[in-house]
Amino acid sequence: MAEPLLQVTDLKTLFHTPEGTVHAVNGISFHLREGETVAVVGESGCGKSVSMMSLLRLIPTPPGEISSGTALYRGDDLLRKSEQEMEDVRGREISMIFQDPMTSLNPVLTIGRQLTEALRVHLGLSQEEAEKRAVQLLEQVGIPDPARRLGDYPHQFSGGMRQRVMIAMALSCAPSVLIADEPTTALDVTIQAQIVELVARLRETLHMAIIWITHDLGVVAGMADRVLVMYAGYIVEEAEVQDLYDSPSHPYTLALLAALPRVDRRRDQRLKSIPGAPPNLLVKPHGCPFAPRCEFVIEKCREENPPLMNVGKDHTSACWVAVTTGLHR
Amino acid sequence: MTDPKFLVEVQELKKHFPVTRGLILQRRVGVVRAVDGVSFSIQRGETLGMVGESGCGKTTVGRTMLGLYPATSGSVVIDGDDILHARGREMLKIRRKAQIIFQDPYASLNPRWTVNSIISEPMRVHKLFASDQDRTERAKELMGLVGLNPNLINRFPHEFSGGQRQRIGIARALASNPVFIVCDEPISALDVSIQAQVVNLLEGLQDQFGLTYLFIAHDLSMVRHICDRVAVLYLGVMMELADRDELYENPLHPYTRALLSAVPIPDPRKDRARKRTILTGDVPSPLNPPSGCRFHTRCPIAMEVCSQEVPQWREAASNHWVACHAVGNPAWSKRLDA
Repeated sequence: MAEPLLQVTDLKTLFHTPEGTVHAVNGISFHLREGETVAVVGESGCGKSVSMMSLLRLIPTPPGEISSGTALYRGDDLLRKSEQEMEDVRGREISMIFQDPMTSLNPVLTIGRQLTEALRVHLGLSQEEAEKRAVQLLEQVGIPDPARRLGDYPHQFSGGMRQRVMIAMALSCAPSVLIADEPTTALDVTIQAQIVELVARLRETLHMAIIWITHDLGVVAGMADRVLVMYAGYIVEEAEVQDLYDSPSHPYTLALLAALPRVDRRRDQRLKSIPGAPPNLLVKPHGCPFAPRCEFVIEKCREENPPLMNVGKDHTSACWVAVTTGLHR
Repeated sequence: MTDPKFLVEVQELKKHFPVTRGLILQRRVGVVRAVDGVSFSIQRGETLGMVGESGCGKTTVGRTMLGLYPATSGSVVIDGDDILHARGREMLKIRRKAQIIFQDPYASLNPRWTVNSIISEPMRVHKLFASDQDRTERAKELMGLVGLNPNLINRFPHEFSGGQRQRIGIARALASNPVFIVCDEPISALDVSIQAQVVNLLEGLQDQFGLTYLFIAHDLSMVRHICDRVAVLYLGVMMELADRDELYENPLHPYTRALLSAVPIPDPRKDRARKRTILTGDVPSPLNPPSGCRFHTRCPIAMEVCSQEVPQWREAASNHWVACHAVGNPAWSKRLDA
């Protein structure tokens, strides 16, 4: 198999705060192949955004600290690059879009100004060329009357349209990887469907690899090739998308799926809720972080944190218990 | 005229917000028709869901019904009392019976008040107990009821997580022993694993106290789970209203169909296999809603008549109400199913 586009190994990110050290990302490893869509799923505070922002070195240091790991992008370690070298990576090689398009766009600059900046800086286009390209980009993401809208400010766009502008901006230098951090969470389902369809179409035409961060297992089902499930700064399960939904292996994945109501099914019983709350990351993890909420918990879980183990073809899970048989690993 | 089966009856409710310009003169330059003639009723012990995209007026319906916004016109009767024309003491009496749980558990609790003051406040307002001590006892009881540790009664909201704060909001809503609660997107700010906890809590309380809910939400999967009947709103008017399974299995209005087809299904095979109707564009501005059927600018099957005539609100099947020119029209049935 060809070398993956991105290979992350043992990434750890900490935040040093007055209350103590927050263990946000606790040594995660994963890879991304060319043209592939990987979804990173988990609840707030599970480290999904922090880990991806660490790759792009967007973590403010201090208080943040990337304490270990490597992130090989086309063979080069992103974590060892200088700030100047990173500027050539961000936007050009790897782009990121965020959940809230209103706070990610500068409210006092026109859309045209914000779109052309990357084109001029990264591609060295003249203002005139950059504007021409900006119009094409806005057209590509489905904004009507793009030439006129270049002079508009962010507040003149709706939420869905702003997210399209963000996508246009992220795609402006034709990156190989797009990291999308909950890009549809703030949007209505109808607009979410539009954005998901847009990204799928752009992926086809531009052959991008996508990392899609979300808490919504519904959206994942429709668009991802592979899924990473995160909990408390760890990857607890990784599988091909169909495999994950057919045979979820980690108790947390199982519980998340059971807690979801289904639009396509009649209700049969109460939802199965997960007791308790996600752990406090200020405490250095000891044992499996999900153990206090887990219905399959055994003594070993509280002693020793399970590593990711093979449970099927390209399917790994960090659990001492095989949930289908109840056997211990 | 009121049917005792129904706890809540809303007739032709309208809420228009004036748009003014100028700091001193405040000239009226327009009107936002946030709610523009909505009628429905809710049976005792029932949960009515209200869905639609942002800006369709769902929250305004909930707030206007409780008199939190003065209504422009229409009538709202809750447990036999006309809430929109009530004043003073009478209003207080109705308010005791009808409460609300807000969407944002961070913004809806006063950060300077202890949990005790927050939960006891409705009891103080409605003079429910003789002493503060009794009210504190009751507040502790309510905390236990919603799954909070009563020993934390003197803590402040910031010491709780989002899910726990929402439980404080629920305890506050229960404090005056209401019969009806407007749940205004009570779970949309919460994590998936916490959403199920709060929904199960709301269902448990409903069983225990026979509560009636208006459940406002944009998560159509959760609405199917929790509601008995569902109303679909678009730009301040009702598009469709039916029993839960009837609406989800046999949606009639093109808007309802588009909404449902946009909801992702957590099953890759099923989600990728189904046909989607993706609506183009956004909800138009309620400042200047489209003529005729308000949905015609985004409707995949709109005809000329749709932009000219407002479709009638009628019962297309038993207990299944819809406002669409195409429904029941044989010439259009093919287009509708295409």
